[in-house]
Amino acid sequence: MTSIAAAGATPLIGPSIERPSRAREIRNAIATGLIWTSFFAAVVPLVWILYTVITKGLSLLLSSTWWLESQRGITVRHVGGGAYHAIVGTLLQATVTALISVPIAIFTAVYLVEYGRGRLARAVSFMVDILTGIPSIVAALFIYALWVTTLGLDRAGFSVSLALVLLMLPVVVRSTEEMLRLVPNELREASYALGVPKWKTISRVVIPTAFSGIVTGVLLGLARVIGETAPLLILGPYTKEINFNLFSGNMAALPTMINWDRTQSLQPAVDRTWAAALTLILLVLLLNIAGRVIARFSRV
Amino acid sequence: MTTTTGMPDFDEHVAYQPLVGTGRRGDQVFSGLARGSGILVVALVAAVGAFLLIEAIPALLKNRANFLFDRVWDLDDPAAPKFGIPDLLWATVAIAMIAMAIAVPLAIGVALFLTNYAPTRVARPFAYVVDLLAAVPSIIYGLWGIKVLLPYSRDVQGFLSSTLGWIPLFKDAGVSQGTLFLAGVVLAIMILPIVTAISREVFAQTPPAHKEGALALGATRWEMIRTAVLPYGRAGVISAAMLGLGRALGETIAITIIVSQVAGFNFSIFNGGQTFASKIANNAAEFDSPTKTGAFIAAGLVLFVLTFVVNAVARIVIERRKAFTE
Repeated sequence: MTSIAAAGATPLIGPSIERPSRAREIRNAIATGLIWTSFFAAVVPLVWILYTVITKGLSLLLSSTWWLESQRGITVRHVGGGAYHAIVGTLLQATVTALISVPIAIFTAVYLVEYGRGRLARAVSFMVDILTGIPSIVAALFIYALWVTTLGLDRAGFSVSLALVLLMLPVVVRSTEEMLRLVPNELREASYALGVPKWKTISRVVIPTAFSGIVTGVLLGLARVIGETAPLLILGPYTKEINFNLFSGNMAALPTMINWDRTQSLQPAVDRTWAAALTLILLVLLLNIAGRVIARFSRV
Repeated sequence: MTTTTGMPDFDEHVAYQPLVGTGRRGDQVFSGLARGSGILVVALVAAVGAFLLIEAIPALLKNRANFLFDRVWDLDDPAAPKFGIPDLLWATVAIAMIAMAIAVPLAIGVALFLTNYAPTRVARPFAYVVDLLAAVPSIIYGLWGIKVLLPYSRDVQGFLSSTLGWIPLFKDAGVSQGTLFLAGVVLAIMILPIVTAISREVFAQTPPAHKEGALALGATRWEMIRTAVLPYGRAGVISAAMLGLGRALGETIAITIIVSQVAGFNFSIFNGGQTFASKIANNAAEFDSPTKTGAFIAAGLVLFVLTFVVNAVARIVIERRKAFTE
């Protein structure tokens, strides 16, 4: 009882709307300042990088040769030529990567959401997380060990795509899984109540409902793998020529084009480095923005 | 997919279910595909480990040096290669630690800003801006780091080594090109969006009752964050940091571009060096004999194991938090 009496002796009885002590206010102000600063500190590099790449790379992108010609026969001393060969390579490899990884990823997500119970589902979910964390160079080494050492095939555009599949899969699985979980259970139940079998419910009701979200995930996954350089270093040697064949010959890609020109000190090559970097950023941003716009205008 | 083959023929059962199309075969095929894809994912990860192991073991058996402790990398004689990883491990861990030391506090700040400080109307677009950092390809970070950031980092390094140079970690190593320090700074920017995104998510989930309770007791906004938001999000932040660490350990091209290869070794972050990933990338053209390839794949295997462990720990922390909060 004495303790209550002691507490009652303090002036805390009744509503106290005093301001916090000066020391506490100062601490609060410092924390507020630091937190605001940290945000702007995070934005500075983004703006700086975009500014650098745009100012140094834009002029070449404005001419049509950049988009229509390759680097064939053009040495580091010469101005001219374009990135057509690299853009073609990047787009081809990205398309094949998407064609392989999207069906597997969607079925895996369907398994995790609609079918998966017990140990296998937990294992799959765990392995998807591990795949998310696999360094791109490790994925490339794995495909090298499989494609070149074990199967005895030559490095080609397709082997790059295989390595990229490993990197794109987990991104699409996770985003698709999230989208499928957002589909209300009532829709599934209504479908079952009409006698629609499970597979048809999933393919005609659940997936269409989540479709835009799945597309967003695919685009973001593509944006991630399109800029990957490590697999290209191991599996996709650079060439200055146009190559449409994914199964034979070297195939250029934007990251390897940057990597090729960056080591040169002559101005024409330096300009091309930044122009290729800007092209790559534009491609990635385009995919990102498309993904976000789709996500925004069609919520599940 | 094996489940579809072992089943009895569907047609035998049609007579018993004449009125509705049960779609059993469709169900079998569909669930088989889904299950098969899931199994494929598990098999893929297992295959990564298995293939790297198969390629690495012959080279490791031939290795005349101690793989874990000898600081050599000499593959010129295919019959008697000598290679060890301590230098690679040091550079990898040093860069990752610098990146973490910068990125984690910054990411917590950014995440708190986005969840508790930014006006609600701009919080979303601001979050997109931070996410855009993750969209910039790593080769462009590398390019920007070495061509634009290098002179600034030289100034910072000069200042640090002149004031703290008596600590071996900050000793001037006489490297004028890219250092572990510069790579760490650039990597910090690269992992910032990952750590921010996950921290933001857990901070946003703080029960409003906790926050309102703290405020009602007279806490300032910072005290509310310290007593309600941070304790609630701690596990999430730890796992976010681990995921960032996993990314930092495996980053390849940015580090390959930035960090200069040096002959000498010392424990200064102002020295050059090579990480697991950059060592492999720098020597991609040398994969001509099985022994050489095997040595680099052995380095890749160590990297795989490192990132596997880091990611698994992150995952377990998240799982335990889920179990705890639900």
